[in-house]
Amino acid sequence: MEHYLSLFVRSIFIDNMALSFFLGMCTFLALSKKMNAAMGLSVAVTVVLAITVPLNNLIYTYLLRDGALAWAGLPDLDLSFLGLISYIGVIAAVVQILEMFLDKYVPALYNALGVFLPLITVNCAIMGAALFMVERDYNFGESVVFGAGSGIGWGLAIVALAGIREKLKYSDVPDGLQGLGITFMMAGLMALGFMSFGGIDI
Amino acid sequence: MESVKEVLTGPILKNNPIALQILGICSALAVTSSLKVTLVMCVALTVVTAFSSLLISAVRNHTPGSIRIIVQMVIIASLVIVVDQFLRAYAFAISKQLSVFVGLIITNCIVMGRAEAYAMKNPPIPSFLDGIGNGLGYSAVLIAVAVVRELFGAGKLLGITILPLVTEGGWYQPNGLLLLPPSAFFLIGMLIWGLRSVRTEQVEQREYKLARHTAVGEGA
Repeated sequence: MEHYLSLFVRSIFIDNMALSFFLGMCTFLALSKKMNAAMGLSVAVTVVLAITVPLNNLIYTYLLRDGALAWAGLPDLDLSFLGLISYIGVIAAVVQILEMFLDKYVPALYNALGVFLPLITVNCAIMGAALFMVERDYNFGESVVFGAGSGIGWGLAIVALAGIREKLKYSDVPDGLQGLGITFMMAGLMALGFMSFGGIDI
Repeated sequence: MESVKEVLTGPILKNNPIALQILGICSALAVTSSLKVTLVMCVALTVVTAFSSLLISAVRNHTPGSIRIIVQMVIIASLVIVVDQFLRAYAFAISKQLSVFVGLIITNCIVMGRAEAYAMKNPPIPSFLDGIGNGLGYSAVLIAVAVVRELFGAGKLLGITILPLVTEGGWYQPNGLLLLPPSAFFLIGMLIWGLRSVRTEQVEQREYKLARHTAVGEGA
């Protein structure tokens, strides 16, 4: 239990997807102008991560990894090179199913998320989490915790950045830095802030 | 029809994928702490973008609109698998250092972005050149950032000492911040600032105009 708790806290703060690994940066910078959008996006990303990382974990463990197909009588088969294409397939499929499910049963949330759901397929934080899960050899329980934690961490970062940017639009920024430039600087300062979590060992 | 030169060199300064289109930033930040790794990443990305544009453009008239994203994804993912396996076979150390970022070329918005914006509407050969051009634009930014980070952060370029460090009996006191990930944000921010100061047409409009300061001065 303690192990899972520490993994959860680690994946939110210390190994923050957005600010220590710079994953999902494109959406992070492009959609952090408005607080509402950032909130909706962070919920969507958390849900998708919490579903896809464990799902990809199952696929990796029972289908792709070296010797995983022993149950089908093929103990020598190593399909791990098919990893990339299967993870992206799973992610695209889950996003699509989630979209249809929400449209039918939770229209309020569907309308709130709107255009962000399909965009999540190409969010590198989702794909990155799947690849980290493989690289760090998480088991099923760990991958559930890791998926949820990194989703929350990413959401936290984009909501914080959106809050700063909402204040920032009233400030007098040099012309060349206007918009994208100053956002980079802010994200850099936030990343420095998040680095201070790095010293904490749980 | 744009000229070949225009398609090839346009994305380097005029329409840079990173500085202007906000595409493909994730890897730009994460792999730039050493020049060697950056070069490998740039080549990998350029190859994938060029060939995915070529292939997607070749099948563009046979792809139904509703499933085009999946088709593009499959083409890109297959190309990335080839690149990944190639790196593992011939440059294992660098492939370990790049860790997940080779795989993340699949979700790199430059590849998808160019496929959607250019390759779906143009014939194969211009699409191929457009892919190379955007790969070069991406590489230009990455290499600039990596040179600054490695030279001033570690005093080396490609592992060869340029500025001898104090710790090794030289004179250069390295700037440790540049080796930390956040420094890439500042460097790219500065680069955008520099680029937009020269090419003022790229400057974004302000959302709010600041009113002139009208407060009455002291004693008035």
